[in-house]
Parts: sequence; structure tokens; C-alpha cells
Amino acid sequence: MAIPLKINGETHQVDLPDDVPLLWVLRDEIGLTGTKYGCGVAACGACTVQIDGEAVRSCQVALSDVWGDVTTIEGLGTPDAMAKIQEAWVEHQVAQCGFCQSGQIMQAAALLAGNSSPTDAEIDDAMSGNLCRCGTYPRIRAAIQSASQKLQEA
Amino acid sequence: MSRIGKIARRSFLIGSAAIVGGVAFGIYKINQPVKNPLTTGPGEAALNPFIFIDQNGVTIITPRAEMGQGTQTTLAALAAEELDLDWKDVRVLHGPPAAAYYNSAMLSSSLPFKEYAMSEFQHTLADQLSKAGKLIGLQITGGSTAMQDGFDRLRMAGASARETLILAASDRWGIATRKLRTENGAVIAPDGTSLRYEELAEQAAKTEVRQPELRDRSTWRYIGKSMPRLDQVAKVTGTAEFGLDVRREGMKFATVRMNPNLGAGMIRFDPAPALDMPGVEKVIDMGRGVAVVATNTWLAFRGAEAVEIEWEAAPYPPEQDGIWSAIDASFEGKPNSTLRDDGDIETPIEGSTTITAEYRVPFLAHATMEPQNATALYTGDELEMWCGNQAPTVVQARCAEAVGLEKEQVNLTTTFMGGAFGRRGEYDYAVYAALVAKEMQGTPVQVTWSREEDMTHDFYRPACIGRFTGAVKDGRAVQLAGAVAGPSVALGATQRLIGIKPSGPDLVHVEGAYDQPYDIPNYRITGHLTDVDLPIGFWRSVGASVNGFLHESFMDELAHAAGQDPLQFRLKLMRPVHAASAGCLDKVREMSDWTGQTPDGVGRGLAFSYSFGTPVAQVIEVVDEDGSIRINKAWIACDVGLALDPSIIEAQMFGALMYGLSAACFEEITFAGGAVEQQNFPDFDALRIHTAPQVEVAILENNAHMGGVGEPGTPPSMPALANALFDLTGIRARELPLSKAFDLLI
Repeated sequence: MAIPLKINGETHQVDLPDDVPLLWVLRDEIGLTGTKYGCGVAACGACTVQIDGEAVRSCQVALSDVWGDVTTIEGLGTPDAMAKIQEAWVEHQVAQCGFCQSGQIMQAAALLAGNSSPTDAEIDDAMSGNLCRCGTYPRIRAAIQSASQKLQEA
Repeated sequence: MSRIGKIARRSFLIGSAAIVGGVAFGIYKINQPVKNPLTTGPGEAALNPFIFIDQNGVTIITPRAEMGQGTQTTLAALAAEELDLDWKDVRVLHGPPAAAYYNSAMLSSSLPFKEYAMSEFQHTLADQLSKAGKLIGLQITGGSTAMQDGFDRLRMAGASARETLILAASDRWGIATRKLRTENGAVIAPDGTSLRYEELAEQAAKTEVRQPELRDRSTWRYIGKSMPRLDQVAKVTGTAEFGLDVRREGMKFATVRMNPNLGAGMIRFDPAPALDMPGVEKVIDMGRGVAVVATNTWLAFRGAEAVEIEWEAAPYPPEQDGIWSAIDASFEGKPNSTLRDDGDIETPIEGSTTITAEYRVPFLAHATMEPQNATALYTGDELEMWCGNQAPTVVQARCAEAVGLEKEQVNLTTTFMGGAFGRRGEYDYAVYAALVAKEMQGTPVQVTWSREEDMTHDFYRPACIGRFTGAVKDGRAVQLAGAVAGPSVALGATQRLIGIKPSGPDLVHVEGAYDQPYDIPNYRITGHLTDVDLPIGFWRSVGASVNGFLHESFMDELAHAAGQDPLQFRLKLMRPVHAASAGCLDKVREMSDWTGQTPDGVGRGLAFSYSFGTPVAQVIEVVDEDGSIRINKAWIACDVGLALDPSIIEAQMFGALMYGLSAACFEEITFAGGAVEQQNFPDFDALRIHTAPQVEVAILENNAHMGGVGEPGTPPSMPALANALFDLTGIRARELPLSKAFDLLI
């Protein structure tokens, strides 16, 4: 039986087994490929999306357990209308390979939504689950601080 | 992306100037200081198409692929500089598999010269050898060579395109070329009338290409500046297309489960349990494992786990101890190489103090963030492929062989790579997709490896043992003998990629050890190869990733044995040999305010490595926080000779350091029962934001020749950390990862 999912403001009827993780619903069923597969065991954060504003690892949320509205990187902003945090990422030229950055940004956006001026320690706490093999961490930190400024000025 | 995608699908002709709806410009000949017999063969007049213009604008075709290192941005800047493009109009596309995109710098780095000491004659010889890359069409992104290769070629391509467009406008208007100028993608007449390049494209296609002079460095607008990377917006909005993101109408999702005893086959398998599972449509016999095709990648993963398989045994010692024994045994007998043998290391020097040390470094996986994958569509007489890869001509040829087509029948689109670090210089993942597609004729299939499959079926950085002996006298190193034993990267990889079984000294095995700029009068480095049938591959900085740790840990031990400050000790040995290298030590001393002294609870370590044409010095600071050690800060000074894009170089330098530190702290691949034990990131972790140091990077331009930037930051990071931990604790760790000996913050 099809399960309704609200993703980036749009409702989809998904006809897949209940236990298929949200990650694979988004990528292979809905076609939203901005959310990435990195490990499948909640160890890398590449699959981070938001459910009702909370950052979650979509590889660990079964289709039938999705408890609210899903926002993916595509729902945060678009190339022509980027969110402030995405602009900050561009300003600091954060991405190298870029594969983890959707997850990094979704995690950081959730952090800033609840705490518009996080300390370094708070950034560490929020972001430590998001792996980046290219080692872009110094620029991720700078971009979060920059986005925090932008949000406070706005 | 969509417009560029259309261009890609138009599959323009390589080697022809005229293209339907557009024009490709290239170089007729490379400006050669010495006549090269290798370049005069038939087919040499074929253009190297780097610049594509159609009615929609200009696209720069990059010969190297984007795996995060920023190569497309800088290659585009080189061409755009000469072509007078507005940066906001610059579009890039990966070159399709073609000999025209050969890497000229790859082979020249294979000469057994100490790069820092190369004479002009040797540089000319290297230039000559580089032309051989053209003959064998070595289209490889690797070896930190993209800029040495592309610096002249992309600028010449841009300059000749501009000249031709001016000629076309001159014909159109009947105005002499000297009265015309170009600006922001248009040719402009004296009265201000302008024609966009795209309006001139068709006419330019009929115009003979000329090769003008290149612009003087003093006039550069893009080169040498930190350009906004062309991939950033796509990568922060989830719209960048990685291999995993390829989507085709009617596509199926598949995975593979190959024998964990690497290289061995299957005795039997039973697909029935998988076929009973939801979404699973097919189980394919892959010889050394199975592929499972499903309606969803996760359902394919589940199906693959359910297939019952009996595996053949590994063709190598099944336990890690057995592999170490094999490596240890390879010290016996004649070495494969003695690429440095200065003076006399046998006769003891009176009044000197001798020390010895043995080091061990483990096998390492690449663990790219994006697991291996490829997408393929087989239609009987054609194979369409999409994947991130570092060697398109190799991928094309091997996939063609696998499905029984000619390579011209394989169309390969190279996507962005979610990390590569050498892993995507292989082609196994592409061949698997081609084979699966052949079984699914007419249906596109994406074959995605699980993280576990990726980690347990890599081509690993070899485990190695280093035995070093040295003597110090009057505060200086007077003897150094190093022997490095382990499986060869080059032997297997050269056979896989080029089909040649190399013989003679294995330079890669000892790079980072034999070629360091130290004035030690009695100095010998030998390489010993271990013959074990394991998949070994290129891992960021390759041999230097091993030898940087061995050599620079030992230099630190020598400095302490000599009672000298480790920085001063190196500087004295380096200054007379190579000024640019010594300049990196000077710079990193200044940046870090190095005094040789640290307060209680703080340790600092230094290391230096000259690799891929670039000397790099690093200082790392560690702090003891209630018994747990945190890497606090890293200072990096590099000398790249000519800095094409400072922001990208900075990112590569600290990224390469982080990659090395991740390995140094936490990573090892070990074998048990024939299989790799580590499965996923919890067993093979990396630095994270809270464990990564703050970084400061200085980019110098004093070296005589332009060096690479993607890899040289990795080799010194591991010994710099080990040396810092020694400074903090007094414990000398001679084995990686360091988490075995220290309580590192996790």
C-alpha cells in the first residue's frame, strides 16, 4: 500500500516495502539525488536530511517511520535562489569533491535554526557526525560562522 | 548542467575542426625547445580539442577530471585567460576518452631523478619522455600532474581559439585583425560594434588555426588569482551529478557481492533466497561473485546479502601475521632498487653515534565518500557508460573487452567524483557495471557498491616495513641507510592500466625516501619488493605516503640523537642542497613561531617531504587534555614554483594533510581468514570537525619549476604528528596508526 510522504512541500505516494530507508526512497524512487549514500550505518552523515526541522540520518529512518515533513538539500535552496547557508558555503569555497556537503549543510542548517550564533564547541557537537574525507573542516567552520552572521544581520 | 549535457550527448568528433553547430579549436603543434622524433608520426596533425563553441557559448573541455581537487576550475582559467572569456560565462565539461587528452606530465615524473636536483638537460629529457604519453594516449588524472601538463596546452588552446575568432571577424567585417580586440567573449571593432564568439563559431570552423604568442604573466587576470570554483554552486545545492546520481529512464538498481578473499572465485552459489525477496529481479553470476539487480539499491543490497555463496580461498597468506612475515622476508636477498647510493654507509665513522629503527605502516583503503559505482546501458552494438573515473581511455578499453565490443562502441561520460585519491584510477567497478548491463540488454543499470563492499574490495596502499640505520657526529647526520620492503604499487597498477609489465628499479616504491634534499655524505636507500598476490593501488601520494613517515620519523630520531633541534638539524642539511626546500622550513618556523621549546602539556613536531615536484614543511601541535591528546594546530609551508590558484592550493594542502592525519591516527586495513577485517567507517574512521586541527598555509613561489598540489601535503603529515607525540610524551611510535600507542581524541 502506498505511503504518503511530504518532501520539500510536495506530497508523494510511495509504494515500497515499509522498511526501505528514507535515503533510498528519496534517491531511487523520488529521484532526489542531492541526498547521498556514504555508509548506510549512520557513521558519515552524507545522507542527512531534516524531518520537521530536525537533522536526521535518512539511512536509518524506515519509510513507514517517517514522522513528519522531509526537507532535503534541494528543498533548502536552488542554484538560482540559494539559502543563506548555501551562499556562505560558496563564499568560503568549502566543497572539494562535494559528496558530503549536502549532509554537512543540512546538519549545519538545523544547528543554526536552533542556535543562530553557535560557539566553536557547539559547532563541534553538532557537526562531529558528518565525515568529510577531503578534510574541508576549516572552511565548513568558517562558513557556519559566516552564515550565522548573515542570519543575525537579516 | 543541462546545456552542457546536451553538448555531451551530441558526441562531438575528436580530431576534426568542424563540428555540426560548432567548432573545436586545438593546437597544431606543441612549442618544442628541442625537436622531438616521437611527435612526427601520422595523425599528429589532429587537433587537441579543448575549446568547444556553439550557438550557446563556449565550453572548455578539460583533459583531467574533477575529483575535488579543483582541476576543472584552474584548467578553465588557463584557457579563459587567453580567450578573454567573462568568468561567469565559463562552462566546463570532462573530455571524453580520447588520446588527444593524454597526460604529458605523467611519464616524465617516472624518471629516476631527484626532482629537486634536476638539471636543465634532465628537464628536457623529461619533456621528451612526456611526448610518449601522447602516443599511448595516457589520459590519466593522477600524480598531481594536471597543471604541469595543462599549463601551456590550455593557454595555447585559448590563444589559438581567440586568434581564429579574430580572423573570422576580420573576414566578416573587412577590417584588419590588428584593429580588432576581444573582451568578455566577443570580438570588438574600432567603432564598438561587437560579435559574440558564438556568432562567429561557424565561420571560425572554416578558418585556418594559427598559434599566436601567449600572454605575458604581467597581464594575467585569472591565472594566479583565487577564482570562484565552477563546481561550488552545484555542490551546495545537491545538483552536481556524481556517478551515483546518474538517472536514466527505466533504470534498474544493482549491486555486487564479490569474494572477500580477494581475487579468488566462487565454488557454488544459490540465488534462490535473494530471488524470493521484494524488489529483486535477477542474480547474475560474475565469476568471482554475484550481482543482484533490483528496483531499488537498498533492496539490491539486501538481496546480495541473502545469496548463499561458497567462496574459494585467498591466493595470499590469509592472516595479517603471514603477510607481515612475507614483507619481512623480502629484506633478504638483492634489493629491487638502490636509487640513492652516496658515499659509504658500511664503514663506521669514528666518533659517531649510530642508531637504528624499524617502522611499520599498514595497508590502507581509500574510503572515498562516494562508494564505487558505475551506470551502463548495453544495446548489443553499443555500450553507454557513466561513472567518475581517473582514466577514461582505460575504462573504455576494459569495458569494451569485457562485453566483446570495440572501444569505439563504448561511449563513456565522466561524472564528478565523490573523492578518488587514486581509487578511481582503477576500472573494476566500471567493468562490473558493463557486465551487468550486458545481461540486461536494453535496460540501463546502476551498480552501486555497499560501503562494506567498497572497503573490503579496494586496491590498497601497501603495508610496508622500513629499516633505517644512521649515524650522527658533531650535530650532523653523517650516514643514513634506509631499506623499504613491501608489495609494489607500480607492478600491478602498470599492468592493469597500460598492459605493460614493468621491470627494473621500482621508483614509486622508494619515492619520498631516495629523493629528499638532504646533504648527508653517506646515504643509501634500497627498495625490496614483496611478492604477494594482493590488490595494491595508488593511494594519495603513493610511495611517499609510506616513505614520508619512515624517512622523516628517522630524521627526527637522528636529530634527537645528535642533540639538535629537529628544525635546525634539517635546515643545516638542506640549505646547501636545495634553497626552495630550506625556504619552506624557514617559512614554517616563522609561521609557527618555532622555538624548539613547548610548555608542559603541549608537543610540537616537524616534518618535511619533497614529492610531486613540491617541497612541503609542516609543523603539528598536539595538546594533552586530561590524558586525551588533541591535534590542535597545523602549519604548512609549500613551494609550488608558480601558484595558479591560491585558494585551491590552500584547500589541497590542508586537505592532503587531513587525509594523511586521518590515516596516521586511526586507519589500518588488516586481513583475517583471507578477508579484510574493516567493513565501514566505525572500523576505519577519519578526522572529524572536532578532531581536525586548525590550519595555516603559506604558498611560496621560489622553486624553479611548477610542482603538483594534490598530493604533496600528505607525506609530511604523518611523521609530523608522530614527532609531535614524541615531543609531548617521550614515546617514539614507529608503527601506524598512532591510536594504538596513544589515547587520541576521538
